Amino acid sequence: MARAGACDQIVNKGDEGKDISMHELPITESILKIVLKHAKMNSARKVMAIHLQVGKLSDLEDDWIQRYFDYLSKGTLAEGAMLKIERTPIMVQCNACSTSYKAEMARMGDLVCPACGEKDGTLLSGREYYIKEMEVQ
Amino acid sequence: MGDIRLIEVKEEILADNIKVAAGVRERLQKAKTMLLNLMSSPGSGKTSLILRTVEGLKGSLRLGVIEADIDSTVDAEKVAARGIPAIQLRTGGFCHLDATMVTQGIDAMAVNEFDLVIIENVGNLVCPAEFDTGAHKNVMILSVPEGDDKPFKYPLMFSICDLLLVNKIDYLSLSDFDMAALRGRVLALNPRITILEVSCKTGAGIEGWIDWLKAEVAAFKGLK
Ligand SMILES: Nc1nc2c(ncn2[C@@H]2O[C@H](COP(=O)(O)OP(=O)(O)O)[C@@H](O)[C@H]2O)c(=O)[nH]1
Ligand SMILES: [Mg+2]
Ligand SMILES: [Zn+2]
Repeated sequence: MARAGACDQIVNKGDEGKDISMHELPITESILKIVLKHAKMNSARKVMAIHLQVGKLSDLEDDWIQRYFDYLSKGTLAEGAMLKIERTPIMVQCNACSTSYKAEMARMGDLVCPACGEKDGTLLSGREYYIKEMEVQ
Repeated sequence: MGDIRLIEVKEEILADNIKVAAGVRERLQKAKTMLLNLMSSPGSGKTSLILRTVEGLKGSLRLGVIEADIDSTVDAEKVAARGIPAIQLRTGGFCHLDATMVTQGIDAMAVNEFDLVIIENVGNLVCPAEFDTGAHKNVMILSVPEGDDKPFKYPLMFSICDLLLVNKIDYLSLSDFDMAALRGRVLALNPRITILEVSCKTGAGIEGWIDWLKAEVAAFKGLK
């Protein structure tokens, strides 16, 4: 018997026949785990909001992270918490002169260092899922 | 109701996985075993490619396979039937492999005895792109029936791969798949990627893939 993956279990067709994805679930589980750990460490009674930084290179969708969070956090200290997601820029460091500069997802193929014109660069940020802080009671 | 306090968390959600992945990479570097992570949508041809690779490498490289197909053990059995050591991982319904699961696979095989271990990742183009498996090389397959617009939908996957295999080119004459447009879209996301066209059915282009593999393994082992 074929068994559906976590991604596929709740993959339904949305209104316009667009796939609804489950890909946000594993990340959301990790967010909740870390949030509850810090809530306990700080003797919080309730988590009101969580400030996240997600790199612009991520294909995951903010709305879905919130929806899965609502679902997973039921009955925990973090139930009802708002995820405040800030999309962080894609930063590249020039391999020739070490200048760091901002890049766009759609133009990752033609990177050019604004300082020296070098095309080779190393990704500094843009793929992160970072929990910065949270508001608790 | 109490006052609202702000607590600093400062944790990278993927930190654990990044650490475990780095450990896997280092361990296999020492064992001189190159780990290759093979990704694609379901049905693009990962298992077919592995079977072609078994044939193509016969007598040259010692190959092992880690299977993470969520459906069954069918794929590992297909590979093992060709006399290649294959480990089946139980991904427990997960939609991707993480570095900890890969560690289990490696623990179950005598890695020192292989030049190359290929992971058949779970079939999807989203989650496997986010989770580093610890592989030294990331390879993806896009098959012609999936269409030439996939780089728009899954840019991260195309950005992280070292090689793109466009499979099922035997379908090209039956479709409006635009290879030049695809190449342009992929290279715009990732200028360092190599693109090879293959058909696991007819065998077209497979030699080029085998040559790429041999060159990469040689470079990895420092023989070149
Ligand atoms: N026509 C054609 N079919 C192929 C080719 N490669 C694989 N297939 C078929 O596509 C189906 C899925 O292949 P499989 O290797 O199981 O895909 P996986 O899910 O990515 O492992 C099978 O029926 C294969 O026989 C190809 O190059 N051309
Ligand atoms: Mg398969
Ligand atoms: Zn520069």
